[in-house]
Formats: sequence, structure tokens, C-alpha cells
Amino acid sequence: MSELKSGSNLEKVLTAGHFAFTGECGPPKGANTKHLLGKFKYLKGNVDCVNLTDNQTAVVRMSSLAASSLMVGQGLEPNFQMVCRDRNRLAMMSDILGAHALGVRNMLCLSGDHQSFGNHPQAKNVHDIDSMQLIAMVKKMRDEGKFMNGDDIDVPPEMFIGAACNPFADPYEYRVYRLANKIEAGADFIQTQCIFNMEKFRDFMKKTVDMGLHEKSYILAGVTPMKNAGMANFMKKFVPGMDIPDELINRLKGVEKKDQAEEGIKFALEQVEEFKAMEGVAGVHMMAIEWEHRVPEIAKRAGMLPRPVV
Amino acid sequence: MRLSYSADIKIIQVPCTGRVDILHLLNAIEDGADGVYVAGCLEGECHYIEGNFKARRKVDHVKKILLELKIEPERVEMYNLSSAQGARFAQIANEVAEKIRALGPTPVRTPTVQKPTAP
Amino acid sequence: MIVADRKSLEEILAMVADNKKILILGCKGCVTVCNVGGLKEVEILTSSLKIARKKLGKPLDIDIQVLERQCDNEYVAELSESVNDYDGVISMACGVGPQFLSEMYKTQVFYPAVNTTFFGGATQHGVWEERCAGCGTCGIHMFGGLCPIARCAKSLLHGPCGGSSEGICEVNADTECIWDSIVKKKMEAGQLEDLMGVKGLKDWTTARDGGPRRSIREELVQGKI
Repeated sequence: MSELKSGSNLEKVLTAGHFAFTGECGPPKGANTKHLLGKFKYLKGNVDCVNLTDNQTAVVRMSSLAASSLMVGQGLEPNFQMVCRDRNRLAMMSDILGAHALGVRNMLCLSGDHQSFGNHPQAKNVHDIDSMQLIAMVKKMRDEGKFMNGDDIDVPPEMFIGAACNPFADPYEYRVYRLANKIEAGADFIQTQCIFNMEKFRDFMKKTVDMGLHEKSYILAGVTPMKNAGMANFMKKFVPGMDIPDELINRLKGVEKKDQAEEGIKFALEQVEEFKAMEGVAGVHMMAIEWEHRVPEIAKRAGMLPRPVV
Repeated sequence: MRLSYSADIKIIQVPCTGRVDILHLLNAIEDGADGVYVAGCLEGECHYIEGNFKARRKVDHVKKILLELKIEPERVEMYNLSSAQGARFAQIANEVAEKIRALGPTPVRTPTVQKPTAP
Repeated sequence: MIVADRKSLEEILAMVADNKKILILGCKGCVTVCNVGGLKEVEILTSSLKIARKKLGKPLDIDIQVLERQCDNEYVAELSESVNDYDGVISMACGVGPQFLSEMYKTQVFYPAVNTTFFGGATQHGVWEERCAGCGTCGIHMFGGLCPIARCAKSLLHGPCGGSSEGICEVNADTECIWDSIVKKKMEAGQLEDLMGVKGLKDWTTARDGGPRRSIREELVQGKI
């Protein structure tokens, strides 16, 4: 990992050996750039790069590529998310080239939530290729300078390639192999699903380290601060692939309602502390869902500030 | 046991209610019966093991069809009784006749002619 | 086999609302096997429509017939004498039937009474499930004999996705996660390597994406195609 592949800030931070801290931001349900730029302000300087979600949970929002471009304009670094649900290989390759042209240097390759969860459940989905193949496609475009048909690309896109990993989905025994496969396919970094079940994650990381995967890719642990017990209950019941232990819900319920947010942040901070020391974890991906304004405080209390300049 | 029951009921005998078909029930309604009911053996006592259960599923299916056609599904029913329960048989017959009378004549024989819509 | 579900009576009644005499045409192929368009279902639909129209005071005259197969011109031709005796014809075959009929009898109207859903089979009496997506390039042997194109909601070739939970698909609590089954089968057989690596992008030209498809057995073709 000596020569830079994309030159992105995230890549530099990670290759310099710093503990990365990345954020997330959902583009607006409209063309309201004012609101979006307002959210960027809370993130600027507090994280190494920001994921721009791609029609997250299959709800139509401003394009992740457009939002990524707006972010570049504000001097923040985007992590452009791309799902396989909405684009075929033509649209994907074209958007990857467009992303590079707009100054985007990080990409997160995802399958995408099924459209039945979103606000246009009647839509046809694409799934021309899957997330594993998307990772390999971006890598081929970047490293070989080729389109999928083998034609040369005139100025290949330089992307730091990310992939997701959900250690809490089933079958658990296979999850580490799927992670290995994504890394083999070309994932430079991994962002995990929100972690709440620490015991299971410790076990998962042990397996990951035993296979030496942490030496081939940077693994960022996903953290979402709970706003209250209701949010924890909702996520447990309705968000697929979430593993939220009852102890956490009870812990949030154990304090007065007005203090639940603080308790949620405390739990998140305890997690960050553990991740800093956990073998194989190269950083934290902080998904403060519709809580961007709390990120400066969270980053500070997590001891993540100032962010390294590399 | 000279039990009397409603004279409006026409009995069709079958060896087992398992023999009753969706079409038997539907055709009866189609031909203008105000109601049809199936009297099967007690549940668990079918000589053919599950004939009466099959009949109940068919009755339920016909109810669904009637519902789709906006005809009272209560016009089709399933009852379970044993052949030894003569009094019960008469009681059910009267009950059904009463219920159907309350529903009024079948709309199949007395059509609700659509009024021409205003131009 | 091809599986279908019948349309609602309301929909079918609306199709023939202005008709006085119709033919309901069943098919002895797949739709008979999946209990949606064989003789029994033709009779039930006939009786249902008659009841509805008697109720409206607009009785409907219905003839019924069941062809050996509606996807074969040889049998479709059996209607040549009678097809124009009706105001309309309801076909209870899969989507292929009313098209073969429409192509042969250009002046008659053929209404589909069923929605064609998938290629599958009965997993128990009264329950049918999808097994094949007809993508034109079969590779089920690579996945423990289970097709992820047809049976994974996202057609993943490298599953299972992050929404797989206790063997159930995130999309529907009644749907099994086929990737869960594929992975477990491969792990039990000690063939996990088969699932590793990145498979080449699927060539969808053999699927519907390549345009309408045609199969030719030259040894059977007489004359020009």
C-alpha cells in the first residue's frame, strides 16, 4: 500500500497510519442545496471524508454524485456511494468517470436496499451486476484503464474503492469469507454496518485478523449513536440486518427520556475507544443519522480532533 | 322422531361432503337458490378422514367469490353434525331458512338493474 | 411449468361488460396443472360471471372450451369455425395463449383472465414457487443447484446481502434467502472455494434484455423460418 491509488484524503490518512474517522450525510429529498450545504458545515474539519448516500433505503433523494460534487466545491471530501439497484453497467461506468471528472476520489460499492423498502416500491430494479462485480469493475477501470468490454479508457478514474460489510447478517460463519472476497475483488477499505453487538463484532474481527484481511484492506467500524430507546427499538424491528442487543435498549430506557440521547452518545464513545485499541480496526465510520449537527461534539469527545492533515 | 323443519329446503344427498364441489354450490346460486348449505359430519369424525374439512375449504372459497360479486357470503354455509343428531338437523334447517329469509331473495333472480347514468 | 394467478372477477367483468355472448377458453397445459385455467377453473369462472350478470339483469351467454394447448397453432386452429360467433373470448391460458389466438384470428378480441407470474413448481398442494427466470444462460450448477438469478430478490451472484436474517430474505418474511441455502450447502460440502472469486459479468443478451427470443431446432424445420 505504498503508492497512492487515488490520492484521496481518506487514502492518505489511512496509509499514513492514522486512525480514520469518516462521516455520513444523506442528500435532501429535493433540490435544496442550502440545507445540504448547511449540513456540510458540521462535518467539515471533523471527519476525513463523508459518505453521500445513494437513494438510501430506496427513497428518492438528490443524486449522490451531484451531492458529492457539491461537497467537493465546499472543500470537503466525499465518499460517493453507488448501489447496483438503480444503474446498469453503462450508467455505472459513466458515473464513475463523471465522479472522477468532478473531483471525487472515494467510492463505496453497494448492492442497495431493495426498492420495496423505499418510496417507489413499484419500480423495476436493475441489478445488472452485483456489489462484488462493481468493486472489481472500478478496480479494472482504475488499474487497467479499461472498460468492461476491454476498450481503453482515455484518462482512467482514480478511486479509493470502498465496500460494505455486515457482520450481523446471516449466515454468520460465511460473513468473513464474503469480506475476504470483497477485499480480493479490490476493496481498498471497508465500512461495516452499524455495530451494536460488540461481543459479536469482537469475534468477527478476531476471525478477520486470523485470516490476515486487515493487512490487505482498511477496516472502518460503523458506529451510529442512538438518539433514544425508541430509535433502538425501531431499528431492531424494522431495519434488516441490524443486531441490537436488549442490554443496549435497556441501558437507554434506564435513563430519563431527556437523557437518552446523551446515553446513546456515551455508548458510541465507549465503542470508539474500544475500536481504537481493537486489532484490525483502522478507523471508525460515524453514521450520525440526521444528527450531523452533533458530529462536531462527538468527534471532539471521541478524541478525534483535530483531524490529521496529510 | 317426527321432527318438522322448513319446507323451503331441498336436500341433495352425497356419500360424503368431500364430494361437494365448488361448482355444485356456485351452480345452485347461479340457478337462483337463495342460499346453500352443506351439512357435514362432525370434525374429526369423517369416515374418509377429511372430507368435511375439504368441504369447508370449498364453502369458504365460494363465500369469497360471492363477496367479490357483492352478494352476501352468508348465503353459503357449512355445518357439522352427526347422523344421530336429528333434532340438531331440524334446528339447523330452521336456522338457515330464517337467516336466508332475513337476507331476502337472491339478487340473481331479482336483478338490481343499473340506472342509466346521466349523459 | 408456467404459473399464473387469476385476475379478479371485477377486472374480468369489466373486460366483457358490453358483451352478450362470449367464449371462455381454457388450456390443458401448465395452467391446468397449476389450477388456474383448466376445465374446472373455466367452469367456476363461467358460473361466477353468469351470477354477476344475472344480478345486473344483463345475462351473459357463455360457451366454454378447453384446448389441448393455446401455445400451439395446431390446436388454436380448432376455433376457426366458431371463433367469430362471440362478442369476445376470454382466455385462461398464460400470456402466450391470447397472443397465439390474436395472431391467428385478427378480428376477434381475446381477454386475458390470468396474470402470468413465473416459471416454477408446486412445493405443496396449492402452493407454487418461482424457480427459474428464463435468463437464457443456466449456471445453477455453480450455486449448489439453486438459482440466485430467479430466487434472490437482487439476483446477486455473490450473496448473501446484508439483509439476510436467519435464512429469510429482507424483502419478504415468507421468502427464503436462497443465498443462505447456497452458502450452507457449499460449506457443508466443503466447497466454499466455489463461491470465492469474482464471476464474470453476466451476459444478459440471452435474457429478455437481448430482445425477444427465438429457439430453432433446424432438424425439425420444414421450409423457410
